[in-house]
Amino acid sequence: MPVPPDVRFLKSHEWARKDGDLIAVGVSDYAIDQLNKEIVFLELPPVGRNVSVGAVFGVIEAVKAASDLYSPVAGKVVEVNESLPDNPTLLADDPYGAGWMIKVAPSSPADMDALLSVADYQKFCETEAHH
Amino acid sequence: MSQRIKIAQKDGKVSVEERTSAASIFERSVPGRTGFSLPAESADTAKKVDDAIPARFRRKSRAALPEVGELDVVRHFTHLSTRTLGVDTTFYPLGSCTMKYNPKINEDIAALPGNCHVHPHQPADTMQGLLKVYHDTAEILGKLTGLPGVSLQPAAGAHGEFTALLVMKAYFESRGEAHRNEVIIPDTAHGTNPASALRCGLEAVNIQSDSRGRVNIEELKSRLGPNTACMMITNPNTLGLFEDQIHEVAELIHAAGALIYLDGANFNAIVGRVRPADFGADMMHINVHKTFSIPHGGGGPGAGPICVRDFLAPFLPAPHIKFDGTSYSFDHNCPQSIGKVRSYFGNVNNVMRTYVYLRQLGEEGVRQIASYAVLNANYLLSLLAGAYDVPFGRRCMHEFVINATRQKNQGARAMDIAKKILDYGFHPPTTYFPLIVPEALMIEPTETESKETLELFAAAMLEIARLSAEDSSQVTAAPQSTPVTRMDELAAARQPVLSWPDSK
Amino acid sequence: MTNPFILATPAEEKEMLAACGAESIDQIFSDQIPAEYAWNKTFGLPPALSELEIQRELGALAATNRNSTDTVSFLGGGIYDHFCPAAVGAIANRSEFVTSYTPYQPEASQGTLQAFFEFQSLVTRLFATDVSNASLYDGATALGESLFMALGARPDRSTILVSETVHPDSRALAATYLKHFDVKLVTVPQSGGTTDLAQLKEAIGPDTAAVVLQHPNYFGCLEEAEEVAKLAHEAGALLISICDPISLGLLAPPGEYDADIAIAEGQCLGLREFGGGETLGLFTCKKEHVRRVPGRLVGIAKDKYDRQGFVLTLQTREQHIRRDKATSNICTNHAHNALRATIFLCLMGPQGMEHVARMSARNTARLRDAIVSKAPKAIAFEAPCFKEFVVRTKLPAIEVCRRALEKNFFAGVPLGHLGPGFENHLLVCATEKRTDAEIDQFSEVLAPCL
Repeated sequence: MPVPPDVRFLKSHEWARKDGDLIAVGVSDYAIDQLNKEIVFLELPPVGRNVSVGAVFGVIEAVKAASDLYSPVAGKVVEVNESLPDNPTLLADDPYGAGWMIKVAPSSPADMDALLSVADYQKFCETEAHH
Repeated sequence: MSQRIKIAQKDGKVSVEERTSAASIFERSVPGRTGFSLPAESADTAKKVDDAIPARFRRKSRAALPEVGELDVVRHFTHLSTRTLGVDTTFYPLGSCTMKYNPKINEDIAALPGNCHVHPHQPADTMQGLLKVYHDTAEILGKLTGLPGVSLQPAAGAHGEFTALLVMKAYFESRGEAHRNEVIIPDTAHGTNPASALRCGLEAVNIQSDSRGRVNIEELKSRLGPNTACMMITNPNTLGLFEDQIHEVAELIHAAGALIYLDGANFNAIVGRVRPADFGADMMHINVHKTFSIPHGGGGPGAGPICVRDFLAPFLPAPHIKFDGTSYSFDHNCPQSIGKVRSYFGNVNNVMRTYVYLRQLGEEGVRQIASYAVLNANYLLSLLAGAYDVPFGRRCMHEFVINATRQKNQGARAMDIAKKILDYGFHPPTTYFPLIVPEALMIEPTETESKETLELFAAAMLEIARLSAEDSSQVTAAPQSTPVTRMDELAAARQPVLSWPDSK
Repeated sequence: MTNPFILATPAEEKEMLAACGAESIDQIFSDQIPAEYAWNKTFGLPPALSELEIQRELGALAATNRNSTDTVSFLGGGIYDHFCPAAVGAIANRSEFVTSYTPYQPEASQGTLQAFFEFQSLVTRLFATDVSNASLYDGATALGESLFMALGARPDRSTILVSETVHPDSRALAATYLKHFDVKLVTVPQSGGTTDLAQLKEAIGPDTAAVVLQHPNYFGCLEEAEEVAKLAHEAGALLISICDPISLGLLAPPGEYDADIAIAEGQCLGLREFGGGETLGLFTCKKEHVRRVPGRLVGIAKDKYDRQGFVLTLQTREQHIRRDKATSNICTNHAHNALRATIFLCLMGPQGMEHVARMSARNTARLRDAIVSKAPKAIAFEAPCFKEFVVRTKLPAIEVCRRALEKNFFAGVPLGHLGPGFENHLLVCATEKRTDAEIDQFSEVLAPCL
């Protein structure tokens, strides 16, 4: 799946992308593939919740696997993709677009610089797959 | 009602259709039909009940339970029983579950009125027989483990883990070491270990296994600290391997002032031949539904007695059972006890079955459990090792793990192999556990199976390996012989239907 | 002695060893286990018995226990001597049911899965609640699980109110389960045998996550459940209701008075007394909490040929997937006990459940009336009761039980374990099984002690 070039990643497969003054957060197509694309449930934080780098902000569940979602950036959640829990197929169909999860008003926009680039992330996934 | 057909009506015409699913008991309901027989209500019932129970407490309408006759119920559930595999019908090599034969005498003794109709609040002197069973079972388990403090209260293995961790916390608190809140858990552990730790307010610290499938000593050292409370270890571990460095592990843990918790899920591999206390275990649970032949009953009840060292015994759940040389009694005066972890004093039915089994086997019989469980597993391993990859060598304890990556690359995943096994008339092995082996199939034959059963199973497995190599579609299409084939679990989880819909 | 559970003959053993490349079984062990751990001494276990000797010896041992088939029982307090149709045991003992494992492989387990699905359906209908799981260990641990669920549903609150009229084992268990968490467990006192509503009003507040009420309560008295539910909900707390499933043939079910979580000990539904060791935890709740439910859930599913069947579902809540993040560490249900309850509820149906409830209430009323006629002040609590009530005795209740036993009655549960002041209190229960003659004779036996 083509990945927009301005997306940045955590090794735990969450992505972050600048969206005006905000940062949109979601999970990668690789992670969704690992869950067999069988997403059944998503728990997202309420608007107003503060998140920090590497802290849990939600949960994603497949039929027989579940994973915490870690925030790639610090800040305050200002938007939540409310339609996503009812349409979890969006996560597989358009992970970097309509499948965004939350938008964060970053407290430290430089957090983005510490994340993996698309190329580095893809390299990381390849090694993980062969592990 | 037939289980195979149903009558369909379309455009005024009556026809017979094949049934594709078992009818629900609710579909069998006919208003006015009853399946019970009790004396008629006494004449004064209406008045007595009206006087005793004011109207505001009453139910507004009867519960919408099905209205069916005794034969309806008997046919329905008998039919359901035929749609279920049990050890009595099928070889069941489910790794980690110890699906051994369940002797029938256990059931007979448990069902005697003097056992099954005893009330827990009867005076202790009216249930001396039952208390003796409790006392003696505890004593035997204490001897077999080398851990003499025994509580038969926990209802299941996970409940035993939870109870023992609470005992441990109470012990540390009594020593002023309440800060110890970390539990070290290897990545091969059962999921209950971290979940139980969490339930006790403890923190799980995970460590990885080494390339031999054993505890990684270097990583263990790096995780040990002043807050370490215990290490939860399964030995033999879930790969079917004896932790041969257990001595070093135990020394490290004990030197740090922490304790060793043994997950006794795999006790079947060593019972009668190794005492866990001798390799350093300070506390453990025993799944009597594995090691001591309690039937699994479709998923319970089991029982998870815990055995602990003397210094932990005062903290065991109340009440304790005492014997003064002539009679047995409950001791509720246990000031250091963690308190109650369940109502009354345990799954008495399964303690009773355990006792019957232990008395029938005696010392030599108990030793034979482990001896033949391990022989059967190694024999089966030798039959499968060529066709399948076995990541940890040709020796195992009571179970072993296959890595079906080779078959996966041919097109048949571990789950496909498991489903194909069903078509050969066997229950499948455990799949995708332990998590550290890709495409894992975990096989535990138990000591009660015969050589020819193992050979038949191996023949089926070899045939599946051949099919996988030649035409994996024959494997991936399985099962075909079962009442249903693979279910759409995704749809079931997205739109869960958890009860029969109301007819309204 | 022969061991009927080991099938390898010496000749077969030799062949198997050869295939494994081992000289002996001992060698397979010594290849893997350091010699220092090999146990070669005696354990001092009792000698092995043949099956015939087991029948004799353990049969004789069982016969030393008095029980409700040879002694007329007025014992209750959580475990009851209710009627159980023969068909319950006859079907539940089918060995496919008895010897099957947890239904993780749905294709091989449609029978047990469907039975558990029907169990969930029957329980939700009896309780008038949305969701039931496939059962837990017992009523007390069901309370423990429900507390964690309530705290999860009200994450900003940390007080649990438990009525003093809740079963003492359950209250003790709540204390054990919550000890290591930052949660305040507050007991709301009773007054006149029921929860003191004035004190409850005072205790409840913005930090209350849940109120735990038992109805009918441990003393047999009926609680004002609807009012307690209102109080709880006004404060934003959940109501956890502990009920007696038999009572629901007659009394308003938890769903009707808006309980958020409703739990029970299910032993009365076709299970045996078994020393309190054949128990069944019933666990139900409102739909909104479904993802926090502990234990197993069975749901409807279809296969690719559109055949309807059943699977374990919402499994990501469970320990084998979520590990240290699971809703509970539980990985079992009391499946076979749940099966017995399922068959029981089907046989009884709506009429049978109502009949048993009415006859239990009626027999209890008869006993109460008989006692009142002999000792008007012996009834400890005036509140309406369902199938048990507390009697005040002149002698210590334990002594009353001893005297009644001489006349072949189990008199009831002496309540001394509740603490000082309760030594002369006896909890008596008359189920539908008691006859008028038994009730009348028992009241005669009690009379001199009241």
